[in-house]
Amino acid sequence: MKFNFTEEQQEFRLVLRRFLSDHSPTTEVRRLMETDDGCDPDVWRQVCQDLGLTGVHIPEAYGGQGFGLVELGIVLEEMGRALLCAPYFASTVLAATTILNVGTEEQKVTLLPPIAAGEMIATLAFAEDSGRWDSSGVEMTATSSGDEFSLSGCKSFVLDGASAGQIVAVARRPGSTGDEGVSLFLVSPDAEGLTRTLLESMDPTRKLARLEFNNVRATLLGAEGEAAAPLSKTMDQAAICLANEMVGGADILRESAVEYSLLRVQFGRAVGSFQAIKHKAADMLLEVEMAKAAAYYAAGAHDEGDDDWPAMASLAKASAGDAYMQAAIHTVQMHGGIGFTWDNDTHLWFKRAKSSEVFLGDSAHHRELMMQRWPE
Amino acid sequence: MSDPTEESVRSEARAWLEANWSPDLGLVEWRHKLADSGWGVPTWPTDWYGKGYSDPLGRVIEEEFDRIGAVSVARTGIRNLAAATLLEHGTKMQKEKFLLRILTGEDTWCQLFSEPGSGSDLAGASTRADKKGNKWIINGQKVWTTSAHHAQYGLLLARTDWDVPKHKGLSYFILDIEQPGVEVQPLRQMNGHASFNQVFFTDAVIEPEFQVSELGDGWKVATTTLMNERRGADGLRRYAKATEKPGRAYAEEAEEIAHQLEPYKWYPQRAGRVDLVLQRARETGKINDPAIRQEIAKLLTMSKSTEWTARRARAAADLGLPQGPEGSIGKLAASNVARKAALVHTMLSGADAMLTGENSTMGGVIAEIFVSTPATSIAGGTDEIQKNIISERVLKLPKEARTDTDRPFRDVPRNIVT
Repeated sequence: MKFNFTEEQQEFRLVLRRFLSDHSPTTEVRRLMETDDGCDPDVWRQVCQDLGLTGVHIPEAYGGQGFGLVELGIVLEEMGRALLCAPYFASTVLAATTILNVGTEEQKVTLLPPIAAGEMIATLAFAEDSGRWDSSGVEMTATSSGDEFSLSGCKSFVLDGASAGQIVAVARRPGSTGDEGVSLFLVSPDAEGLTRTLLESMDPTRKLARLEFNNVRATLLGAEGEAAAPLSKTMDQAAICLANEMVGGADILRESAVEYSLLRVQFGRAVGSFQAIKHKAADMLLEVEMAKAAAYYAAGAHDEGDDDWPAMASLAKASAGDAYMQAAIHTVQMHGGIGFTWDNDTHLWFKRAKSSEVFLGDSAHHRELMMQRWPE
Repeated sequence: MSDPTEESVRSEARAWLEANWSPDLGLVEWRHKLADSGWGVPTWPTDWYGKGYSDPLGRVIEEEFDRIGAVSVARTGIRNLAAATLLEHGTKMQKEKFLLRILTGEDTWCQLFSEPGSGSDLAGASTRADKKGNKWIINGQKVWTTSAHHAQYGLLLARTDWDVPKHKGLSYFILDIEQPGVEVQPLRQMNGHASFNQVFFTDAVIEPEFQVSELGDGWKVATTTLMNERRGADGLRRYAKATEKPGRAYAEEAEEIAHQLEPYKWYPQRAGRVDLVLQRARETGKINDPAIRQEIAKLLTMSKSTEWTARRARAAADLGLPQGPEGSIGKLAASNVARKAALVHTMLSGADAMLTGENSTMGGVIAEIFVSTPATSIAGGTDEIQKNIISERVLKLPKEARTDTDRPFRDVPRNIVT
């Protein structure tokens, strides 16, 4: 599982690659990135219903396919290659995984099937203006009166936060600090006191929102005050998913750079025949292959239940983040002037690389986590 | 007779080993039994000490050797490459004279390919072989020759024709090292070790029957040797397991191993000693330095990913899949790891990195890392050559334009070697 894919998994990947190259060409990416929702309803319906992708890692008991992060990783790698514009990461990866990790049985039975079917698009509102995806960074408060909770504060960098139909939000008991007193809540997007603002994101294929909560009514998800550990697990799982998405993007950039270097002629020969370019291409291959090995390993380690999988999740996130950004920089460089134009497609992935580099914590943050968790 | 199966081969090998193996035999005596029976090199042809079995069957037999603890034929070092090359290109006389003594370990071989003037460009060899009477007279110099100081024979690539393009003017010979025209000198490296030699030829003599294959076929034959060199990278590791079990054959094998591995004792340091990093970070207290933690994490990531990439390549090979890009980047990745490891060890050592020798950190091991890691990106194909190979063979980018392959070697600019 960590070092090779089964025949079924490879077949699955091929099906996805074909589907995505048909349905998410860059002409479509460019069209959708200019819209507020950033998603084509017809393609989304096929992703959910025909391919069943929204439920890949959700257990069958909750309406999903019951696979692991290896299969989810394949989906994300292919989506990362094709730069699919859809609320997949927000709903299936972030929201569904959070609910799986913290929800009561009753909540899972109620909440997960619509997400698995793609009928409900949910998201996780975790980070705030400080841009941290850890419980200690949470300042939003949840005040309780009986069974009722009321949220006040701000969430930012919320993926598809302006369009999601359901919001899973992280807040803390007033006066608590650190990992103590942190809980998860379900919030309806049209709840009174909630203001959602679409942020201008540098990567227009990744829709981000800022959510202001002013005494917003919320339902407790899971146990009160005990969300820190399962949220940390969710973030590790999400880091593995993002790493797999990133290596998909890095790989297609690398391919496009090599392809272009064979077409572009200067000084009477293809620029790809110059050693300066050939060696850069070889370095890119090495960096991307290393990041792939780590992304696949982390997904396998998670699914096989290795003790050290959280350390490997952070390793994979940092590795993929660096490799993706470096591949994007090299790809612009190998295209020369044309690579800096809006018409050339490289910038679409370049911006996704930049955004992914910091989303869920940057490489330095994940390397520090990796060191704290490194097995003796 | 029915085709051998895994089960039939296993039980036959087991029966033979149980009847014949004894640790009390002399090493050479035992290896003669192996050669005579075909069980020592079962994948070799039946005419030449083998049984003509496939590689998978060969591995089954190896398992039986391991199970009973029997010593194998000699298989380290260049003697393996000599055997593979002679099996493919050697004459009957050459095979008769050399193969058996290769298997018993009585002869040691060395490889005389690299020269001071031709490193990455091996086909640019300018050691000359000139016909005088019916003998070949050799003049020139080879370098980076492991084991030349205790070898009996060398695999020699020399130029026999200067008026044809470089690859076409080379011929391949077996050279008797123990003769007056051959002088072997140790080559001292920047880390103070002398694991290799320089070999000088002054009118050294080769009998005509020691030419391998046809005149001008040297590059083709050398390719066989080099392919086997790449394939056999595992050999050393396998061999390194000497046993302390009692018995004459074991003791003699342990001696052979110690002798064989002597030049390689700095090789762990050459790779960067990533295994020491966390321990050293704790000992020095630098494990708490956030900047150093970042560099350690980068190093561990590179090291692990290199290992995983190699595992992916092996998994693909085991499934019989065509080799993907993951199979060709290991050498380059190892260079990156070694370089990074030297950097991290320097951060961990601080001012102590100025010291060396017995009284320095870990008895000089750390200092040896700093002065050994530069070899990683040069030996066995430089990083630059690796990048050419990756970009041309994997990424299918155009080959370098060449100016040296389509004209007489005589006219090709070369290094002046003094």
